[in-house]
Amino acid sequence: MYTSEFTYHKASSVSDALAQLASNPDAKLLAGGHSLIPTMKLRLASPSALIDVSSLPELRGIRTEGDTIIIGAMTTHRELEFSKVPLLSEVARLIGDPMVRNKGTIGGALAHADPSADYPAAILALNAKIKIQSSSGARVVTADEFFQGMFTTALAPGEMLVEIHVPASVKGAAYEKFAHPASRYAVAGVAVVVHSDGSLRAAVTGAGDHAMRLTKLESEGVSSACKGLVSASDLMGDHFASAEYRAHLVDVMASKALARAK
Amino acid sequence: MNEIPVSIKINGKQVTASVESRTLLVHFIREQAELTGTHVGCDSSSCGVCTVLLDGDKPVKSCTMFAVMAHGHEITTVESLAPGGVLHPLQQAFWDQHGLQCGYCTPGMLMTSVALLKHNPNPTEHEIREGLSGNLCRCTGYNNIVKSIQQAAGVMSQAIPAAADD
Repeated sequence: MYTSEFTYHKASSVSDALAQLASNPDAKLLAGGHSLIPTMKLRLASPSALIDVSSLPELRGIRTEGDTIIIGAMTTHRELEFSKVPLLSEVARLIGDPMVRNKGTIGGALAHADPSADYPAAILALNAKIKIQSSSGARVVTADEFFQGMFTTALAPGEMLVEIHVPASVKGAAYEKFAHPASRYAVAGVAVVVHSDGSLRAAVTGAGDHAMRLTKLESEGVSSACKGLVSASDLMGDHFASAEYRAHLVDVMASKALARAK
Repeated sequence: MNEIPVSIKINGKQVTASVESRTLLVHFIREQAELTGTHVGCDSSSCGVCTVLLDGDKPVKSCTMFAVMAHGHEITTVESLAPGGVLHPLQQAFWDQHGLQCGYCTPGMLMTSVALLKHNPNPTEHEIREGLSGNLCRCTGYNNIVKSIQQAAGVMSQAIPAAADD
């Protein structure tokens, strides 16, 4: 399958990429390409230009500053899989397959915001911060502010996700997903994190139109029975799993994740 | 047309051509480099028959990369495995263990397995099955493919001289 024609620009820096993006509102940023290229092949997207940011050194790598781990947006799933980043190393190992993980990036996955992607639940539970840059400056948003709907985030036109900030240490964390047997996307995936101040955060991906916090579990705390955490009316149903089945799966996955995290 | 010069070192040989920016890496390998061992299957990054190695040890699906993304990089394809016609231990093991029937998935299976054993020379059966999760085979039921990789792992680890015992 061939995509529509486009002009290719390999960005030389973040500022070069942002300038290119500002000059052509129809351009798309190319990261690992494992969501964008299939979408372009199906002609669901036909950007007139691609700006390749995947190998920009300033967007790659994982570093620690104080009590925060800073992850460059173009860090691949594979690099995270073999890292020591709390929870995200466990989550990265469950994404796609080894070849997908060699190309796919955390920044690309978060900006794409697939409702069944694995990272969003972990990002919400970790209370991560997302650094966004544009030609007019940088801003930092919370994970809660970032995910807004199906394939919809806080990113505005002309903006680029550049960093993910997560706590360097947590008391406990776990991610449990019921994976679709073919695609391995989450039918329901629950992340639970017990933070160093003892607070508990939990979130689910795959079950609704975007990842969301599990507020009932959070208020019940580590002794939660994980029953009726979400209402089927807030979830998605499709030919593979009804909303009622997904609501049940959320309870089961939450109970498993909580048992490991606490 | 948005043609762009692309130069990729494929199996140690520099291949340079002017191609459309939308040309997929798998088509560059098959049509510009004329190496047809790398197959096109699902064309949607699911089946893994197009798997090649990027920069020596990273298996990637060449149907989900534009050729231009590999510009300046090295690609290794299945044709590199048997220099002079001598089969790689993995190829010999696929033969011995009947790890293929129609053979369409085999180039991808081999390249994924090469990377798997490079990274983890003695994988468990579970690790092999996890490692092959991005390669589909409609013939074998996978059991003989797993046996092939186990045989190759054994042969390849014996081939390394045990210097510490000397």
